[in-house]
Amino acid sequence: MQKKFKVEVDCANCAAKMEDAAAKVDGVNSVTISFMTQKMVLDAPDDRYDAVLKNVVKTCKKVDSDFEIQM
Amino acid sequence: MSKKQKKVLIRILLAAALTLLIALSPASGLLLFFLYLIPYLIIGYDVLRKAALGVVHGEVFDENFLMAVATVGAMALGLFGDNSYAEAVEVMLLYQVGELFQSYAVGKSRRNITSLMDIRPDYANLERDGQLERVDPDEVQTGDIIVVRPGERIPLDGVILEGSSTLNTSALTGESLPREAACGDSVINGCVNMSGLLKIRVTRPYGESTVAKILDLVENSSLKKAKAENFITKFARYYTPAVCTGAAVLAVLPPLIAGGWMEWIGRALTFLVISCPCALVISIPLSFFSGIGGASRAGILVKGGNYLEALADTRTIVFDKTGTLTKGVFEVAELSPAEGADKEELLETAALTESYSGHPISKSLREALGQETDPNRVTDVEEIAGGGVTARVDGHETAAGNGRLMERLCISYFPCEQPGTVVYVAKDGHYLGSILISDQPKPSAAAAIRGLQAQNVRTVMLTGDSGRVAQAVAKELGIDEFHSDLLPGDKVQKVEALLAQKPARSTLAFVGDGINDAPVLSRADIGIAMGALGSDAAIEAADIVLMDDDPQKISLAMRISRKCLRIVRQNIVFALGVKAACLILGALGITGMQAAIFADVGVMVLAVLNAMRALKVS
Repeated sequence: MQKKFKVEVDCANCAAKMEDAAAKVDGVNSVTISFMTQKMVLDAPDDRYDAVLKNVVKTCKKVDSDFEIQM
Repeated sequence: MSKKQKKVLIRILLAAALTLLIALSPASGLLLFFLYLIPYLIIGYDVLRKAALGVVHGEVFDENFLMAVATVGAMALGLFGDNSYAEAVEVMLLYQVGELFQSYAVGKSRRNITSLMDIRPDYANLERDGQLERVDPDEVQTGDIIVVRPGERIPLDGVILEGSSTLNTSALTGESLPREAACGDSVINGCVNMSGLLKIRVTRPYGESTVAKILDLVENSSLKKAKAENFITKFARYYTPAVCTGAAVLAVLPPLIAGGWMEWIGRALTFLVISCPCALVISIPLSFFSGIGGASRAGILVKGGNYLEALADTRTIVFDKTGTLTKGVFEVAELSPAEGADKEELLETAALTESYSGHPISKSLREALGQETDPNRVTDVEEIAGGGVTARVDGHETAAGNGRLMERLCISYFPCEQPGTVVYVAKDGHYLGSILISDQPKPSAAAAIRGLQAQNVRTVMLTGDSGRVAQAVAKELGIDEFHSDLLPGDKVQKVEALLAQKPARSTLAFVGDGINDAPVLSRADIGIAMGALGSDAAIEAADIVLMDDDPQKISLAMRISRKCLRIVRQNIVFALGVKAACLILGALGITGMQAAIFADVGVMVLAVLNAMRALKVS
C-alpha cells in the first residue's frame, strides 16, 4: 500500500538524509521525502503499515528532531 | 512568516540586544564569559541540542554539529586566551539569521510555484432536491448534478445537461483562446466558466478528475530526481567529512611545525563554518521545481526533473504524423471544377450525393459546405461498393466517387495527382470536377519544425500513410527525414534504429497523440504526448504531456529545460567557487568566521533567487 503524508522538513539536506535512513527501516518497500513539496510517500505492506510508519517517523526524528508528520 | 520563524526572529533580536549591552558594559574577566553565555545559549541552544542528539544517533558531520564545534571552540579560545567571546555569539547569530532567511525564501518560492498551479476547485454547487448546496468537490458523486455560474471554476469532470458557455482553459493549457461548450459536450474541471450558467452531470469523482490527476503528476514530479540533483546529494555526503578532515589537519599540523596553536585552531573553526553545502542542496531541487512549475503554467506537464534534464540534450525528435503534425481530421483541401462548372455547384452536388453516407469523407464535404444538406432533395441513393455513390439530386442524376466509378459510368475525367483522397463528381453524365480531401498540417506545425531546427534538432516523421502523402507533408513542413508505410510495430523498430544513430550523450524524443503509440512513447528516451486534455491514456504513457495539441510547445519545452539546466549549472559553479575561495582565504587566515557566514548566506540567497528565474517562461 502506498500513502502520501504531509510532513515538515526544514532543510533539503535533511530530507535526503531522512530518505536514506527511512529506506533502511524494516518493512519499507520504498519511501520518498520531498523537501520541495513537503510530502512523504511511503510504500509498505498493508498488514503492518502502521507499525512501519511509526518506525519511519522515529528514524526521521533521529536525523532531525524537528521532523513532523501530519496525519 | 510561520510561528517557528517568528520565534527564531525574537530570539535573534533578543540575543543581538543582549550582546550589544554586554559589549558596552564594563564587565571583565570570568564574569564576561558568563554574561556572554546568556545570549549564546538563547540563540544557539537548539543548535547545540541537535548537535548533541546527532552525535548520540551517530549522525555527526551535519551543519548543527559544525556550528556547535565552531562556536564552542571559539568560546573556549576566548576562555583560555584573549577573553573575547563576542565572536562565538556573532557567528551563531549570523547563522540563525541565515537559516531564518533561507527558510523564509524557500517557503515563499514554494508558495509562489504552487500558487501558479492553483487549479484546485474550492467548492461545487450541488443540486439536491431542487436546492443548491455548496459542498466540497470531494463529496460529489458520479451522476450528481452540479451548477456552475459564470466566473466560477468547473469543479468536476462531467457532461453539460443545460446551458452553453465559453470556457477559459488557460490554467490547464496555457492557451488564452476560450473554448465553446454547449449542451451535450463533455467538460473537464479546472476550466473557468466565462459566460453562461451551466448545469453539469458529473461523470467522475474528484479523485479521478483531470485536475486531481494533473496536480498529482506535478507534485510527484519532484520525486523523480534529475542527475544533477543526485550528484549534489552524493557530493554533500563526501564534501562535509572531507572539509572536517581538512579542518582537523589545519588545526594540528601547522602548529606542530611552527607553533601558534590558538591562531590555527581559530582558522580551522572558520573552515568548519564555511563547509555547509546549503546553497547547493537547496537551489538545485528548487531550480528544477520552478522549471517544472513554469512549464505546467504553459500547459506542459513534465513528470520529473530527470525528463526536464534529458530534454535539454535532445538532438533528435521523432514525430508521429497523424494527429501530431497534422490535424488528424479530413478536410476539403482543394476544389478543381471542370470547364463550365463552378466550385459551389461542384461542392454542393458532392455533398448532397454523399449526404446519406456515414463515411468521414461525406462529413468533411458537409463541413466544407458550411450548411446542413436538405435530405428531401436527394433520392435514389445507391452505394457502389469500392467506387462511391450515385443518386438523384433535384431530379438530376449525380455520381461522386473514385476514378473507377467514373470509368464504370463511362464519364471522362481528369485524374488528380495530388496526395490525399480524391472525389470525382459528375452530373447528368457530365464531369463536374474533382475535390481533394486530405489531412491538413496544423497551422503552427511548420513554425514548430523550424523552431526545433534552429535549436539544432534533427526532425524525423513516421507515418503509416503512403510515401506520396508523407513526402508532400514532409516537404511542406520542411522535415529532415521521413519514413512511410509503417505498421504500428514498425514504428518501434524505426525508433530503435534512430536511437542507435543518435549522437553520443544526446537524447531522442518521440511525439505522439498518445492513443496508439504507447509502446513507442515508452521506448524513446523521452515520450511526449500531445492533445492530452481529457485523455487519460496519454497522461499515463508519456513522460512529458502537452495539454493542448500545439506542436510549437515542444520547442518551448526545450527552451524551458535548457534555461533550467543553465541556472542549475550557474548555481553549482557559483556556489562551489565562492566556497572554494572562502576556504582558501579562511585557511590563510585572511577572513574570519563572520565573513565566512556572510559568504555562505549570500551565496544561498543569490542561488535561491537565481533558481526562481526558472519559473518565468518566455
